[in-house]
This record gives sequence, C-alpha cells and structure tokens, in this order.
Amino acid sequence: MNDLSGRISWADVGLALLLVAVAVAISRMRRTGLEGDIAVATFRSFAQLLAVGFVLDFVFGGGTALTPVVLLVMVGTATLTSGARGKRVPGAYWIAATSVSAAAGGTLGVLLLLGIVPAAPRAAIPLGSMIISNAMNTASLVMRRLRDDLGAHRREVEAHLSLGETAAEASASWHRTAVRNGMLPIVDQTKVVGLVALPGAMTGMLLAGASPSSAIKLQMVVMYMLLGGNAFAALVAGRLTVSRLFTSDHQLIRSLRRVSD
Amino acid sequence: MGDRFEYRNVRVDGDSAPIIESFSARIPADGLTAMVGPSGAGKTTLLRLLNRLDDPDAGEVLLDGRDVRSYDVLELRRRVQYVGQVPVTFPGTVAANVGPEVEHLLARVGLDAALGWRDADRLSVGEAQRMCLARALARHPECLLLDEPTSALDTIAKAGVEGLIRSLADEGLTVVMVTHDPRQASELADRVLDIGLR
Repeated sequence: MNDLSGRISWADVGLALLLVAVAVAISRMRRTGLEGDIAVATFRSFAQLLAVGFVLDFVFGGGTALTPVVLLVMVGTATLTSGARGKRVPGAYWIAATSVSAAAGGTLGVLLLLGIVPAAPRAAIPLGSMIISNAMNTASLVMRRLRDDLGAHRREVEAHLSLGETAAEASASWHRTAVRNGMLPIVDQTKVVGLVALPGAMTGMLLAGASPSSAIKLQMVVMYMLLGGNAFAALVAGRLTVSRLFTSDHQLIRSLRRVSD
Repeated sequence: MGDRFEYRNVRVDGDSAPIIESFSARIPADGLTAMVGPSGAGKTTLLRLLNRLDDPDAGEVLLDGRDVRSYDVLELRRRVQYVGQVPVTFPGTVAANVGPEVEHLLARVGLDAALGWRDADRLSVGEAQRMCLARALARHPECLLLDEPTSALDTIAKAGVEGLIRSLADEGLTVVMVTHDPRQASELADRVLDIGLR
C-alpha cells in the first residue's frame, strides 16, 4: 500500500521538525521576531495533538460513551473563543454557546437521523469538530459585525425607532448584512472547493489511502453539512445579538449610544 | 390647556458623572417650547426621554399626566415624533420615505410634489430636513420633538425651516425644540426653558 495511515513513526515526526527549524531560520534572517511564537505554536500543537490522540484512541477503542463529553469540550472551547471575540456584545458567551450548539446539534442530528453517517465516535467527533469550529467563526463574525454596524449607524437605527418601528424592523438591514457576512466565507469556499484547495476531509481520506471517488463523496457531505451548520449558527447568533443590543422597550442599549449635545 | 409633558426630579447617569441631575419642568400642550442651553447641558438627552429613546435613572417623565413608561412604547413614539439634528434619509425615493400621503405632506412642509420621485439621498440638506418632518407628520403625531433642527442648514434653508416649524406649532401640534441658540429660541418659541449648566 502507498497510503500513509499507520506508516508515520515518531522518528518521522522528529524529522518533520526540520521544517520548523527552517521556519525559525527564515524568521531570524528576516528579523520577524516570530521565533518565540513559532516555538510556542510548535510545542502547543505537539501537546494538544498528543492529548487528542490519546483521548480519541481511548474513545474509539471502546469509550464510546465519552463522545458527548468530547463534543462538549469542543463546544466549550469554541464558546470561550467566540465569546471573547464578541465581548462588547452583552451576553456574548451565551450567544456563542447557543449558536455553536444549535449548529452542531442541528446538523449532526440530521446526518445521524437520516443515517448518512453512523452513530460512531469515529464519525461524530471529526464531523462535529468541523461544524463547531466553523460555527465558532460564524458566531464571532455575526456578533462583531452587528455590534459595530448598529453602533456606527446609531442615528439611522434611532430614526427608524423614532418613527415607531420595532427593534427588529429598525435593525433589519444591518441584521441581514451581518448574517450574510457570516455565511459568505463558507459559501465562497463551497464554490471553489477542489479548484483552489483540496479541503481537509478529502485530503485526509486520500492520504489514508481511500479512492478519490469515495473521498469526494465524504467531502460533499462535509461541505453541505458546513453550509447548513453555518447558516444555523448565523441565524441564531444574529437573532440573539439583536435581542441583546436593544432593550425590551425597543431602545438601543446604552453602550451603543454615546449622546453628545 | 394642561401640561403635555412634565419632568419630575429626573436624573440621567453618564459614564462617570450624571448628564442630568434632578431636573423638573413642565411643557404645555399648546405652541412651541424651546429648551435652550450650552452644549453638554443634556438638552438632547432631555428630548430623548420624551419619546423613550432613553429612560431616566431616577424620577419620572409624564405625558398627559401619566408616566411615559406606562404607554406602549411603539404607540408613544408614533404620537410623539422625533426629528434629529442631521436629517436621516432611508434608501429609496422620497415617496418611499414619506409614505402614501406623500403629495399632501410634501406640500405641507413646503416641498415640490415632483421631489416625490427623487432618490432621498439626492436631496439638499434643507430639503432632506423638510422631508424628515414630512415623514414624521405621516404618522399623525400629537407632538414633535426637534433636536437642533436647523443647525445643519445654511442661512436661507434655516429661515425656511424655522417658518415651517412655527406654522406646525400654530396648527396645534405640541412642538418641543432643543437649540443652543438663545436668539432662535426667543424669536421662534412661545416659551423658553433655560437648561443652563448643571
């Protein structure tokens, strides 16, 4: 077999570190000051992947019951990351948690329910991780965009409110832009898939020795899943963010309006 | 005629110090009331309390003798229309901005009916401010709140809009206007509330 699964030894990994040394050398030479970051990144990736490898070996080897725990840890980490990005939105962590969970639960649920993927950790965990990391980025994008836009267009938003419109009506055009903005990356990625880059799932299957025809089928399922998951995350994040940027009396929250006269 | 609005011991907190500290005043239902004061005195904030773009941190604001918070906020804002300092036009034509009664309303604010088909963002600032007044009047309000309504206008446009505001007050609308200009306040208004420095 010409495939790479099971063929890479720790010695091979050590040899691959030579490429990191190249990166460090270039960084030195061009005085980018990134050597420290490269070292930290290399060490972190090594430790994180080692840990994940252990956990997955255990879960795949009979610890199936731990699958939800692994997914929950991923959702938790995504929540912390996305929540910190959107922290000028009140309740950002809560919004991130809900959007990411909705995206992961919704899409994984559909895939399992329709029997497209088996209810096994080997399927649920990698697919879940892809949805979760994508939904995390989407939730961050939507929260930030909405907050920035409603702040920058305070006058327009309040002009709408002053005419007696609801918060939902007054924010509709910026809400639409934010959701669109959150979904665009995955839509563009889906358009050029295979032409610009061979995406991760497909690459992985090819390296592991699968035939291209089965690799593309998995990639299709992954792309469609990510489209659905991101749309879900954008929808939920948009709704919740709007509800947190206005009071129940259809007023912009105070931190968004700095009135000067 | 009785009071349309009343401020009772109103306090509004800012980031560090209060923007308004214990303010009380009455605004009668008839005519034009000007609130005048230097910049930073909290005039805009006081105006925004009347249609609940903002709420006081202490005290109450009454409309026709009832706390403004006891009304449905959307209905309150329909009755009490607010027009800001810089005219805000929405995308689309003037007609789309103003609504079905556009012809009649444009005439009422002194704009040519032909402007109805023009893109709202192609109006001059003076025309845009008149259009904003028309859009507010389209909601059939009982009160108009005007925040420095002429500060973005040149001298000629300013005189025109001042005349329009005066005639709206004469037609029976309660008009509350905020201005930094004591001359404008005393020439135009039926009464002047001096906000002063806190």
